[in-house]
Amino acid sequence: MMQPRLLVEGAARKLDGPLLFLRRTLEVGLNDAVEVRGSDGHARLGRVAALDEERITIEVLENTAGLSLAESVVRFYGEPLNFAIGPGILGRVFNGVGQVIDGGPPIAAQENYRIEGMPINPYARATPRDFIETGITAVDLMNSLVRGQKLPIFSGGGLPHDRIAVEVAGHARLRGGQSGDFAIVFAGIGVPFDTAEFFRASLEKSGALERTALFLNLASDSSTQRLLTPRFALTAAEYLAFVEGKHVLVILTDLTNYCEALREVSSSKGEIPSRKGFPGYMYSDLATLYERAGCIKGRPGTLTQLPILTMPADDIGHPIPDLTGYITEGQIVLSRDLDRRGVYPPINVLPSLSRLMKDGIGGRYTDPDHPALSSQLYAAYARAAQTRVLASVVGEEGLSPADRKYLAFGGDFEHSFVGQLAARSLDESLAAGWDLLKALPKTELSRLSDKQIAEHIDK
Amino acid sequence: MSEARIRWISGPVLRAVTEENFALREAVEVGPQRLLGEVVSLDGDELVVQVYEDTTGLKPGVAIKGTGHPLAIRVGPGLLGRMFDGLLRPLAVTDSPFVTPGVAPPRSEALAFRPTVKKGDRLSGGATFGEATGTGGRAQRCLVPPDCEGEVVSIASAGNHPEDATLLTLRDAAGAIREIAMSHPWPVRVPRPVRARSPGAKPLVTGQRILDCLFPIGQGGKAAIPGGFGTGKTVLLEALAKGCDADVIVYLGCGERGNEMAGVLEEFPELTDPRSGRPLMERTVIIANTSNMPVAAREASIYSAVTVAEYFRDQGLHVALMADSTSRWAEALREVSGRFGELPGEGGYPAYLSSRLADFYERAAVVDTLGGGNGSVTLMGAISPPSGDFSEPVTSHTKRYVRAFWALDVKRAQARFYPAINPLASYAEDAHVFAEWWAANGNPQWLALRRKFLTLLDDQARLERMARIIGKDALPLRQQLTLFCAELVNEAFLRQSALSAIDRTASPARQSAMMRLIGRYIELAEAAVNAGAKLEALARLPCYRPMLRMSEEIGEQEGDKFAALAESVEREIGALIHAGERDDAAKAVG
Repeated sequence: MMQPRLLVEGAARKLDGPLLFLRRTLEVGLNDAVEVRGSDGHARLGRVAALDEERITIEVLENTAGLSLAESVVRFYGEPLNFAIGPGILGRVFNGVGQVIDGGPPIAAQENYRIEGMPINPYARATPRDFIETGITAVDLMNSLVRGQKLPIFSGGGLPHDRIAVEVAGHARLRGGQSGDFAIVFAGIGVPFDTAEFFRASLEKSGALERTALFLNLASDSSTQRLLTPRFALTAAEYLAFVEGKHVLVILTDLTNYCEALREVSSSKGEIPSRKGFPGYMYSDLATLYERAGCIKGRPGTLTQLPILTMPADDIGHPIPDLTGYITEGQIVLSRDLDRRGVYPPINVLPSLSRLMKDGIGGRYTDPDHPALSSQLYAAYARAAQTRVLASVVGEEGLSPADRKYLAFGGDFEHSFVGQLAARSLDESLAAGWDLLKALPKTELSRLSDKQIAEHIDK
Repeated sequence: MSEARIRWISGPVLRAVTEENFALREAVEVGPQRLLGEVVSLDGDELVVQVYEDTTGLKPGVAIKGTGHPLAIRVGPGLLGRMFDGLLRPLAVTDSPFVTPGVAPPRSEALAFRPTVKKGDRLSGGATFGEATGTGGRAQRCLVPPDCEGEVVSIASAGNHPEDATLLTLRDAAGAIREIAMSHPWPVRVPRPVRARSPGAKPLVTGQRILDCLFPIGQGGKAAIPGGFGTGKTVLLEALAKGCDADVIVYLGCGERGNEMAGVLEEFPELTDPRSGRPLMERTVIIANTSNMPVAAREASIYSAVTVAEYFRDQGLHVALMADSTSRWAEALREVSGRFGELPGEGGYPAYLSSRLADFYERAAVVDTLGGGNGSVTLMGAISPPSGDFSEPVTSHTKRYVRAFWALDVKRAQARFYPAINPLASYAEDAHVFAEWWAANGNPQWLALRRKFLTLLDDQARLERMARIIGKDALPLRQQLTLFCAELVNEAFLRQSALSAIDRTASPARQSAMMRLIGRYIELAEAAVNAGAKLEALARLPCYRPMLRMSEEIGEQEGDKFAALAESVEREIGALIHAGERDDAAKAVG
């Protein structure tokens, strides 16, 4: 941890929610980190939010209850909030502000990194291209994940997003099976103890725990700390990826809790709220997290993000999924409907999307006919969904023979293609896709060339 | 230069005191790192400054230096083929892979220069005094800044010179000497002057069939592309940047993804400009303020981009500016306005959102330049409406200033039908103006076919609503035919994959061939149904699949294949009609 340098006692003039106003008795800079200790002896992290000639305004990032004006002691670090990291962070458990909580020795720090990170120069970025096989057909074939991508899971309360995340973390590998120098950073943001425990236990069982750094801000921990947890976790991930050269998969769950904390802090600062009370800068704020994914030219490591968020009331138009979708490179949307019908993983492929898929599939990476197959499956499933609406009104008997084929295709697609009992390799997924298309009228497969039909459908 | 000291600071906004003179909108340098800022208000001895970079570490008492001029960028021939941040500072020069705050070193690359004037010539603002050739190998005119004129006192000889070195000196009427380099500064918020604006009568050919044929945009026109996330705004804008027939492309990534900018930077040098055969990057300027770069610079980036576009226009070029996305710019405006403590209007945006949007879109035009040429700036702005709702302030205000509206549709995007432009929610006000151009380019039927396709698509929506109630089979045969033909227009004509090597962009000739062929197919299909043919019989004809697939199978320069397909359509459907007529005749006899 950083060494507190300057100590100020008895300068507090006013406490208002998370804001602490001090008489300005020393030279500090904007955004410098501080530690506020009350008479209860508990140290709270904070930062310098505003400065003028007489006053220093401190935003306390933890609960301010119990602080008093006379007895508050403020330590100034003289620099922005940093995370001191070194080798050996894998296999360790940290709390939401980067302190070791697994009872082991502290981290042998090599260098301090600003937890805010620095924007990656777009000129220095390398385009993410390495296809990651996750074992999930609806992802691998239809919404492929590539190294350096940020692909969130849009879920809802009670849906199996945690299980999917664990399986992706456990299976993720390049084509040909090698997983390379692989590491996982897991950040639990305001998650219940049992969720955190599920991840820890699952990672331990699969043997991945020793390649994992866990950052836990539990539901019972301070909500304002939630704003720091993903930043500490991503700082560690950047270190692993761009200093140690590992391929890092970051699982952030649950971003909804993060946004709720952002709203709480914003409103206590008296800022003008935007949609649903969330601050107007939520887009920029979320971008400072998500944009930390990527690949950098000339550096071996990559940083891939798999954030999980639960859509309030399953509403994809809610500001949290909405703003996220505008920043991330696609989304995997889970469906309550499919879950209810026993389809696992319950991925609704229609609203799901992977923007970087085009760069990571095709002849050089997966299969030359992969793009056309995926496009044809999308077109056919969209038609099946339309037909289903039609059938719900006029009944199955009122459908044309071709439409009936699409209706049956829709059911098969969900149960035997999206739904899967075990992980599939990409080749198995491709075969399953071609198989499904055999049931449809050939003249209507307009996204496939005659050659593709001859090779895969007619054989 | 005047100086001030910080009194208060919070985020990107600071207040400072001074006894010297600052002007409103003057550019300032803050602190030892020389962070760039702009004066946004003055009150007695206090001034408020908006800082365009990360202000971490600043404190009261730090010095602020005035620069004496408004926020300006340096425009010059060295811009083409490169990537800049929102304040037009090159992104390629740093050693670190991260963006660090502070003033970047100026561009000082040497360009080959050849003078075109001699001592004693009289030059006015906007006149050409030489030709510069950058690394890309493309020659550009060197312009006298619009606010200068006079007699040539000296002119540099041909050779390599740094972009900002004085090459030309002018003595104006008052006897004052002006030194002029290949590049010159221009304040970003001030539109560059022109001799006259003229109405545009030529379309900007975008290479996208749904745009060129159904919702065309003119040179000097302006279009909005609203769409929720995942509907393909960025892919469409990139396709336009690759395929449209402008001389120069200014691509602005405003608050968007870093990986996308990296992708553009990687892909464009590899693609060739279909008209010049040179790498696409040579006609492109990229301005990037990604979503995690400082917000205040995002607000300025849109003005930087349009100023760059105007600079190339002043060389007599046709420029297309793609802004992705104007919503992020509006949000930056909102965020900064909030920090100033201004009263929020609709949706939290400041009340001046509408007039700022108008200022921006009004900079699109076809003009007679000061130098006597003809140039244009065409603006295309993506909009990212929250939850895809087009009634929100940015979309609704933008709609008042644009002439073309390309609404992206979630349903189409989900079926991976790209470009996911909803033909029923989109419009182009100038479409009829371009009929003459299309007629001159070999497609006199353009307007009639456009109307026919749009009518079909409109009927399709209506009939599908009806089919949902009574079932498709219960519709009369003629209406089923309408659905059949509308589907053909969608699949064979409107769908165009930005990833397909053949179909990424389509020339006007290929577009016309497809348009005519589909028009003729529909005519014949109607005749066949009138003669008693069944739809299944039409779909079974060998020509049906080639019709559906022609966009993917028949490339440019393969006009003979279109002719062959047209011939088989005539022959096969002709036989159906003939068979129907024979049946009728047999019945009449029987």
